Amino acid sequence: MNMAVLRNTATTTPQVLTGNEAAVPEAANPMVVFEGVAKRFAAGKTGAEVVALNDIDLVVPRGSVTGIIGRSGAGKSTLIRLVNGLEKPSSGRILVDGVDIAGLDEKNLRAVRRSIGMIFQHFNLLSSRTAFGNVALPLEIAGMDSQDIEERVAPLLDLVGLSDKRDRYPSELSGGQKQRIGIARALATEPKLLLSDEATSALDPETTRSILALLRKINKELGLTVLLITHEMEVVKAIADHIAVIDGGRIVEQGPTFDVFTGHVHETTKALLGGLAGMHLPEFLTSRMSQRPEPGSRTILRVIFKGENATEPMLARLGSDLGIEVNIMAGAVDEIAGRPFGMLVVSLRSEEAKIAEARQFLANHGLSSEVVGYVR
Amino acid sequence: MSADIIALIVKATGQTLYMVAVAGLIGSLLGIPLGVFLATSGRGELFAAPWVNKVLGAVVNATRSTPFIILVVAIIPFTRLVAGTSIGTTAAIVPLTIATIPFVARLVETAIREVDPGLTEAARAMGASPMQIVFKVLLAEARPGITSALTLTIVSLIGYAAMVGAIGGGGLGDLGIRYGYQRFMPDVMAVVVVVLIVLVQLVQSAGDRLARQFDKRSRPR
Repeated sequence: MNMAVLRNTATTTPQVLTGNEAAVPEAANPMVVFEGVAKRFAAGKTGAEVVALNDIDLVVPRGSVTGIIGRSGAGKSTLIRLVNGLEKPSSGRILVDGVDIAGLDEKNLRAVRRSIGMIFQHFNLLSSRTAFGNVALPLEIAGMDSQDIEERVAPLLDLVGLSDKRDRYPSELSGGQKQRIGIARALATEPKLLLSDEATSALDPETTRSILALLRKINKELGLTVLLITHEMEVVKAIADHIAVIDGGRIVEQGPTFDVFTGHVHETTKALLGGLAGMHLPEFLTSRMSQRPEPGSRTILRVIFKGENATEPMLARLGSDLGIEVNIMAGAVDEIAGRPFGMLVVSLRSEEAKIAEARQFLANHGLSSEVVGYVR
Repeated sequence: MSADIIALIVKATGQTLYMVAVAGLIGSLLGIPLGVFLATSGRGELFAAPWVNKVLGAVVNATRSTPFIILVVAIIPFTRLVAGTSIGTTAAIVPLTIATIPFVARLVETAIREVDPGLTEAARAMGASPMQIVFKVLLAEARPGITSALTLTIVSLIGYAAMVGAIGGGGLGDLGIRYGYQRFMPDVMAVVVVVLIVLVQLVQSAGDRLARQFDKRSRPR
């Protein structure tokens, strides 16, 4: 077999972040709902107003990790700031746990904000406070007395694995440690929703993985709904159950992560997913491939494995059951939202009828396939 | 140097310290809130009041651009109203305080504006009220900068206090002019200058040490 291009990107995907089929979100009672939300910013003295978000309808299922992915400037930051009222919508409604955020006065809004944690790309820790002091800040703001604060903060530092750093200042901590303190701080008031604003964008890949694992753990163990925005496909692929793709201030696609990733249709989705396992054919194939069969040429087939089927030895059975010789040219296996997704480019030396039979066999076992060309 | 002269120097030092301390204290108590307001009342800021901000900014600029010695004589009626008299050490504290307020305010404004806006946003996201943001975030984070600002203020006040001899305020500067210069006593002048230098050095190094202690942003390890 020719396995020159076979790569397994699954090994670079966070391992701890297993699938989430078990945690079926309560679809009927979502945590956050955007209804026809638009946000326009008044421009300078001369220019027209800037439309940051337009016609946003979005549902964040309760208990889910929902990722919003988009390029910079797509309106992600504005969108997440609408959820806790840091920005006001120009029109439409944003319901958080059934409460219309835009309709609240300052005082009630402050109360609601205490039930929504937020973490930031640049951590936003107070340099003048220790790790303990930073985690204690939201509790002080909520008016808790120091005895109760002490009791609340210690387990939080423990949860994020930084009990030994309680008296350290942020300048003495690494980026990953700072974000862990940021997470502990966001959890201090026992929120029901955690907003993550590019929380891993300033971190290296390994630290990113550990922070995502922590977020996943929190989501699982505390039942906290997480809404995160990112421009990194790896992030949503690793932990999001649901994703929404945002482009030019509009949601262009949303749904369960696996479905969006594997059935991606929209241009932006395609562009963002450009790096997804094996969506590009290798050069050595494309350079000598023709679109018409010639006598003696082999058929190049792209076989897509989704979910459980990826682990079934279907290609081997093509050989044993149908007597078709299968040659693997390229391929990759990836993991999306904890489910395997694979793509193999194979060449089959056989006549048309036999190829059709093989594709039918694959289809019967839940694998989709397409003929991408012919090679002599 | 006679005992009389030494007594004069001690007395003048006491007057300078008295004026600097009282003017510095009152000036800071009024100047810090003004500085916080200037830093937070622009368009779209915490206590947004763009017009008030502009007017106060203009008043601050006007006061700061008036030469101190002119300010001293220009506000004599006000000084008399506040202190009951327009001459003497206590009266001199009035113009010193008036000059200190905008000085402190501008320096504090700068220190507050250097606080990362991300911290304000984080505090808002936690449900902090504007006053909580001022006390728990802005003033806490700007503490090293404010400490440096107050150090600079006191050093400047020591210099300003030398000019209030013009209205009988006394102090080291006054002593230096009347004895050192007008009575041709260079040794008195030298002592006055040395005492001033020592005072400024003490204030500066104490302020620097304090600011360093408050600054947790980067500590060499």
